[in-house]
Amino acid sequence: MSVFDKLKPLFWDHEDAAAGHYKRLFDFRGIWYQAVVFTAVVVLLPLIFITLADYSVTRKSAESEILLRTSRFVSNTRRTVSFFLEERRFALVFIVRDNSYEEISGAVRLGAILDNLRKGLGGFSDLGVIDASGRQHTYVGPHNLEGKDYSGQEWFKQVIEQGYYVSDVFMGYRRIPHLVIAVKHELDDGSFYVLRASVDLERFKRLLSQLEVMGGGGAVITNRKGVLQTPCEPCGRDALEKIPFPVPEYSTHTQVFEEEVGGKTMVVGYAYLLDTPFILMAIKDKDALMQPWYGTRRQIIGFLGLSVTLVLVVVIGMATYLVNKIYTADRRRVMALHEVEYSNKMASIGRMAAGVAHEINNPLQIIYEKAGLIKDYFTYKPEYKEDPRLLVLVDAVISSVERCGAITKRVLSFARHGEAMLQPVRIERLLEEVLGFVNKEAEYRSITVTLEVDEDVPEFDTDRGKLQQIFLNLINNAFSFLKESGSLTVAAKRKNSDWVAVSFADTGPGIPAKNLERVFEPFFTTRSSKGGTGLGLSITYNLVQELGGKIVAESELGEGSTFTVTLPLKPGKKGGPNPS
Amino acid sequence: MDKNIKVLLVDDEEEFVKTLSERIQMRDLGSNIAYNGEQALKVVKDEVPDVMILDLKMPGIDGMEVLKRVKKAYPQVQVIMLTGHGSEKDEKEARKLGAFDYLQKPADIDTIVGTIRKAYKKRIEKPLMAATFAEAGDFDSAKDIMDRDD
Repeated sequence: MSVFDKLKPLFWDHEDAAAGHYKRLFDFRGIWYQAVVFTAVVVLLPLIFITLADYSVTRKSAESEILLRTSRFVSNTRRTVSFFLEERRFALVFIVRDNSYEEISGAVRLGAILDNLRKGLGGFSDLGVIDASGRQHTYVGPHNLEGKDYSGQEWFKQVIEQGYYVSDVFMGYRRIPHLVIAVKHELDDGSFYVLRASVDLERFKRLLSQLEVMGGGGAVITNRKGVLQTPCEPCGRDALEKIPFPVPEYSTHTQVFEEEVGGKTMVVGYAYLLDTPFILMAIKDKDALMQPWYGTRRQIIGFLGLSVTLVLVVVIGMATYLVNKIYTADRRRVMALHEVEYSNKMASIGRMAAGVAHEINNPLQIIYEKAGLIKDYFTYKPEYKEDPRLLVLVDAVISSVERCGAITKRVLSFARHGEAMLQPVRIERLLEEVLGFVNKEAEYRSITVTLEVDEDVPEFDTDRGKLQQIFLNLINNAFSFLKESGSLTVAAKRKNSDWVAVSFADTGPGIPAKNLERVFEPFFTTRSSKGGTGLGLSITYNLVQELGGKIVAESELGEGSTFTVTLPLKPGKKGGPNPS
Repeated sequence: MDKNIKVLLVDDEEEFVKTLSERIQMRDLGSNIAYNGEQALKVVKDEVPDVMILDLKMPGIDGMEVLKRVKKAYPQVQVIMLTGHGSEKDEKEARKLGAFDYLQKPADIDTIVGTIRKAYKKRIEKPLMAATFAEAGDFDSAKDIMDRDD
């Protein structure tokens, strides 16, 4: 609040300050609001629009980039994975074609082949030859599976039908995930046999993990029922568990979609691996993928924020500056208007008062002389002399008429000098005249008024009316602040050959230092509640300036204030009074 | 001796001037009345007064004009201006034209009578001095004094 008070422009509380009915053209706060809102909208709207457009464009391009990359990654990975499986299948095909049944069904030969496969391709854990009846004829590997009958098993039927088979992943006897690849080989005599190989999935996993993608994602393989064939790190599940989202529908092409997994948005790319029961999936954390774009977004938002702040500061600053200018100009206008009104009013009052005084003066003369004559009768004729009461009465009439006469005389002399012109003025007489106006008030409020005019203050040419008003304003001002039994000392001194100083020292409450420099400002008043217009001292200041003089206010809080008017003894003298 | 002082009061306010005249007479001064400029000039022509009390603003020939003409024709007549609305400028002009004093209405009767006496003293001083010079045979000086415009 106090910060606002400090920053608050002059016009903000205009209405409170100029509590009055002066013609006011402008609603300054309204103008300020209008200017600020209009300019801010015009400037900020395109800026925000462009920024938003840029934001959405970069976001879209970042997202499509992600999709594209994911899709490409899936395609590449599919090729790799397919190749891995096919490679093994082709190896088996090659083996059954290269070896006769007699050779291959010999355990020695089969053992050598397994050894070769392990060293050449790797990933094979066992090999078995199964004859057409489904019985395992020969087996080489870690388990003793010779003689095992597979004839009733689903995969055996499939391999007979299709010529090859790739199994789902299963936990082998050693709790190691395996998959089985089997190929059928037709013999010349019309019968057939099947070569079955278990493929160690460690290699498979290693293969996939080599393809590990950036962004906390990874490639996984599921079967067509959505059972994970390799562990899924990004979705936090192990092999043989279900994927945490529905199985994507079949497609011959690589597809990409977004999925909520555990409160995170994942970008999932998938492709069905042909000739296998597998679906390859690439699962990536979208947030991580968007990271580079987040940097861009921060820059955009930062730039927007900075621009908006800058624009607002400039707009508010400009609006405040301009409205303040208008405000100052308006204050000057109101001030000038008021001054004109005021001087017109003063002039009319003066004319009217002069007319009234003049009209009253004549009958007053008659009353005065008649009463004087009656008094003369009482004084000179013995028959009336006897009654002293009558004389007292007549004296009362005469003194009343004298009082009226004093008033009309003063009004006439005050009004007569209303016109602007230079004439010789005796400061002492002028001050007495003006002080005459406040004599009664001073008496009522027991204010002591002292007039001290130095002998050497000469008669000099100046505008009598203006000087009268200056003195009257200063005396009225002092009176308005004086308390009961205060005192006002009016002193006139000759400063040097060119200047005379008239000071008005009161014993009022004094003016605080921060107000002292503002007392001559128009509309500055501390008496607004008591009918002060804040114009008295301002008009006084202008009048003193018109007379080529200077006015200075000095004050001590609690001690009183002194207003000193310094006037040139020669008209047309410009510039400040000599301080000596 | 005061009875010999002939005072002419000129003012367009009849009641005022009549009353003032009576009061002046009560104070043993001789007084005559005129209500406007023309009348005043006529009265002066018929019987030259010692002292004139003259209002400034009157219909027809105004006080300033009367003062001018009287002073021109009879420089020995002492004129006291008594006005309700004179400015400092008027006062200055009147004094320049030879008015003895310039009083503001309403003026106290004692002030008026006192001023009349002072004016009369001045009125008779010159002839007295001139007479003294004349008795001594210095007619030039006597003439100078009489002609001197103050």
